Amino acid sequence: MFKLEKTDQTLLIVVGILTLFAPFILNPFPEGSAMAQFNAGYPDLMQRFVIFGIFAIGFNILFGLTGYLSFGHAAFLGVGSYAAVWMFKLLSMNVIPAIILSVVVAGLFSLLIGFISLRRSGIYFSILTLAFAQMMFALAYSVLTPITGGETGLQLALDDPRIFGASQTPEGNIPVPGLFGLEMRDSFDLVMGSWVFTFNIGYYFCAMVMIASFYLAIRIFRSPFGLMLRAVKSNQQRMNYTGLNTRPYTLAAFVISGMYAGLAGGLMASMDPLAGAERMQWTASGEVVLMTILGGAGTLIGPVLGAGFIKYFENIFSKINSTILHEWFAFLPDGLEDFIVAILYPFIGKGWHLTLGILFMMVVIFLPGGLVEGGQRIRSWLQKRKSEKNTPNGSTEPAE
Amino acid sequence: MDAIILQILNGLDKGSAYALIALGLTLIFGTLGVVNFAHGALFMIGAFCAVTLSRILTLSHTIIDETKTDFLGNPLKVDVPYVHDIFGVAAGNVIIDWAVPLAILFAIPVMIAVGVIMERGLIKHFYKRPHADQILVTFGLAIVLQEVIKYFYGANPIPTPAPEAFKGSFDFGAAVGFDPNLIIYPYWRIIYFFFATLIIGGVFAFLQFTTFGMVVRAGMADRETVGLLGINIDKRFTIMFGIAAAVAGLAGVMYTPINSPNYHMGMDFLVLSFVVVVVGGMGSLPGAVLAGFLLGVLESFASMREVIDIIPGINQIIIYLVAIIILLTRPRGLMGRKGVMED
Amino acid sequence: MGILEVKNVGKRFGGLQALSDVNLSVRENSVHAIIGPNGAGKSTLLNCLVGKLIPDTGSVMFDGQSVLGRAPYEINQMGISRVFQTPEIFGDLTVLENMMIPCFAKRDGAFELNAISAIPAQRDIMEQAEHMLEDMNMADKRHMHAAAMSRGDKRRLEIGMCLSQQPRLLLLDEPTAGMARADTNNTIDLLKQISDERDITIAIIEHDMHVVFSLADRITVLAQGTPLVEDDPQNIKGNPKVREAYLGESA
Repeated sequence: MFKLEKTDQTLLIVVGILTLFAPFILNPFPEGSAMAQFNAGYPDLMQRFVIFGIFAIGFNILFGLTGYLSFGHAAFLGVGSYAAVWMFKLLSMNVIPAIILSVVVAGLFSLLIGFISLRRSGIYFSILTLAFAQMMFALAYSVLTPITGGETGLQLALDDPRIFGASQTPEGNIPVPGLFGLEMRDSFDLVMGSWVFTFNIGYYFCAMVMIASFYLAIRIFRSPFGLMLRAVKSNQQRMNYTGLNTRPYTLAAFVISGMYAGLAGGLMASMDPLAGAERMQWTASGEVVLMTILGGAGTLIGPVLGAGFIKYFENIFSKINSTILHEWFAFLPDGLEDFIVAILYPFIGKGWHLTLGILFMMVVIFLPGGLVEGGQRIRSWLQKRKSEKNTPNGSTEPAE
Repeated sequence: MDAIILQILNGLDKGSAYALIALGLTLIFGTLGVVNFAHGALFMIGAFCAVTLSRILTLSHTIIDETKTDFLGNPLKVDVPYVHDIFGVAAGNVIIDWAVPLAILFAIPVMIAVGVIMERGLIKHFYKRPHADQILVTFGLAIVLQEVIKYFYGANPIPTPAPEAFKGSFDFGAAVGFDPNLIIYPYWRIIYFFFATLIIGGVFAFLQFTTFGMVVRAGMADRETVGLLGINIDKRFTIMFGIAAAVAGLAGVMYTPINSPNYHMGMDFLVLSFVVVVVGGMGSLPGAVLAGFLLGVLESFASMREVIDIIPGINQIIIYLVAIIILLTRPRGLMGRKGVMED
Repeated sequence: MGILEVKNVGKRFGGLQALSDVNLSVRENSVHAIIGPNGAGKSTLLNCLVGKLIPDTGSVMFDGQSVLGRAPYEINQMGISRVFQTPEIFGDLTVLENMMIPCFAKRDGAFELNAISAIPAQRDIMEQAEHMLEDMNMADKRHMHAAAMSRGDKRRLEIGMCLSQQPRLLLLDEPTAGMARADTNNTIDLLKQISDERDITIAIIEHDMHVVFSLADRITVLAQGTPLVEDDPQNIKGNPKVREAYLGESA
């Protein structure tokens, strides 16, 4: 048992180091080189990695542990964003109260929606969450325009009250979100030879929050509560006949994951103080489902991997165009080059959604445990090969 | 009174589309026990069958018409569709004009083939997997299908008009004794409604009066027993999937003049169709049809100015609201059977 | 006054009177068997006792309190544990985790938001679960996935899970159905041992007469939804009414 704790500890430390050194890790190619476009170490994208990581970690607490598939979680992210922007408008540009309100508001919404939706299970639960989320999206888009900004979205303005802050900066601009004087958009560039690494305050703030969220998720997974959630997924009948009321367990999981979504929404608004209804659409909920499953539902690290994977593809992979492909395959004879480019082209660049869809199907069909399971399989295959290699040599080492 | 009739009529065409998609969806669920999130994509593929046919029919080659010149005095290049060469100009133009109805004939084999390939190649392997897995894999398939369509046809809607003869509107009010111009209804929507009724009737008749249909209905009620009788139920279910795909596809073909097809129309309709199926009762064919029309008409009533004035935004959410209320008060939907998808 | 008192219970499904006028009294610390031909209403009766069904008429009292209208989990918390015909366990969890869940349910009640503390820190629960695994002779399987076990082991685990809640009444629904003879005998021995060593009442629904006569102190024969006789095993064996009910079934 203590061993298990140790692996979790290692996992947390690895995730922590990777996130803190992300500006280096994600910028492996020197500035101006042909490969520089695959650098993902710019603040905007790095922020998205960790924010969607938080979203997926939270979704996984519901889906991965209890098996309840919600198709409406983006709605909680959306209300979280709105709440944060309102806080910026009314109170101050400090991100802390904004994020707290995001989490609280998302928690209240998920309490209400979860309370109703969890009266049904299976596909009916999925449809109920979908219906609620679509309703919220439709309302945010139309009649709630005074609160949500409707089609244009909710934005800051020069005449916002901001009781504990200034409506305008001395230069007459809208102030930017910050943390006790540190502005979220501030960055510091480190130039090392032909490499440029950007350290952004907003990113590090989000990264800290994500590491904390990840830590909390580990605690939940390993707690008696987490055990009960896995028991819900495994056999509800046995739960009931063991004197356990499944409803509050699933509701608590739903609210916790809704609050994670709200946190992600609040962070999103803190990085870019603007909130739009499209964040709540059901396809946005579908995206977090994709992330969680692709990475590995029910595993700790899976959702983070899935979120990073999808966001990387969305932003980097999608930039590859046919010219770049031709450059890559220029060493081939012309006919073959054209042929290979023609085959690859539909799957890259703007066609990355196609690749994503195929990949997702493959994962559901062959790798229900997602990328994490894939990694485990490769590892055990390598170990098997190693031990097979050893045996013919007369080695007596036991295969571990 | 006239306003009410107008709203009912307005609700019918959307309701027809809901009913057709939901019918196929619930047919697949009832027979195969599979929750198919790719069903909206089948509707979309149907619509693109119409686009494809209309493109095939207008395939042209360029000739130089010596008799006409452009403003510079050069001989004019004219595109001549191949159908003109084959059928003559007049008949050729009629054929091009009638591309959408003709696409029905084109879509039926295509959609059945798509459905059968889908069932044999993918869905078959998911019969025994949990519903969540079925939702996920078909959701992935839907993304793949819509991206393929987007790759070939682009992201913009493609206007695909109805034949000239059906353009314009019909003064329904005047025909039943109201003042003229009160209840105007486009011809194509009337056609769509009758077409949908025909298809729905056809499916029901097929299930009711043929031996094949009887076996399928028996299979819907109790799959294992029918299997024990030595009837190859799997093969029939494959065909059923093809038929469900064709129904969704035809709904898409005929819908093109009402809404120009785009690659994500499937996803847009999918959510609503699922809501329709759930309201009607998972696995209930009459339930799906009833709920389809009911929700279509309700939606149209909710868009009336008088209603919106009382409850703002109701038109946007009415369908979801009804679905939530029905699911909570009648978990089996309007006409669902006992024991279907209950845990 | 028995620990479980069923009085005038009736249950109707549409046109079928599944139970009518059922009276039953289970004495504390006895093994009470309910037998009867197929369709006699045994399962319906059991479902009425655990809260899955609510009878139309009559009352069911457990230790002086009515169980009617309570949810299964509430009835379980009152001290009734149920073993199912096909073992209901948490197949995705390990054997040890399976055993811990009822211990938590006993200690913390129907719901407890214990989301931060680590499971190994719950010393008392770990001890109880390990102890019960040893009692059930399954300690070597503690890290096995429960779904991967044999049916006999699953049955053992399920009984162990029920026992670790220290219930006052253990209900068993045909616990040896579909088992090989050896597994059946093992289960009989296990139940005998439980009944001898623990302060527990057992009510068992069973088809297999070998099981019934090996275990029961008292037998109720149910036929067509109503109790035919309630008596000691030796009297049941010779009872002509019982023979008729069973012969009627085979004819």
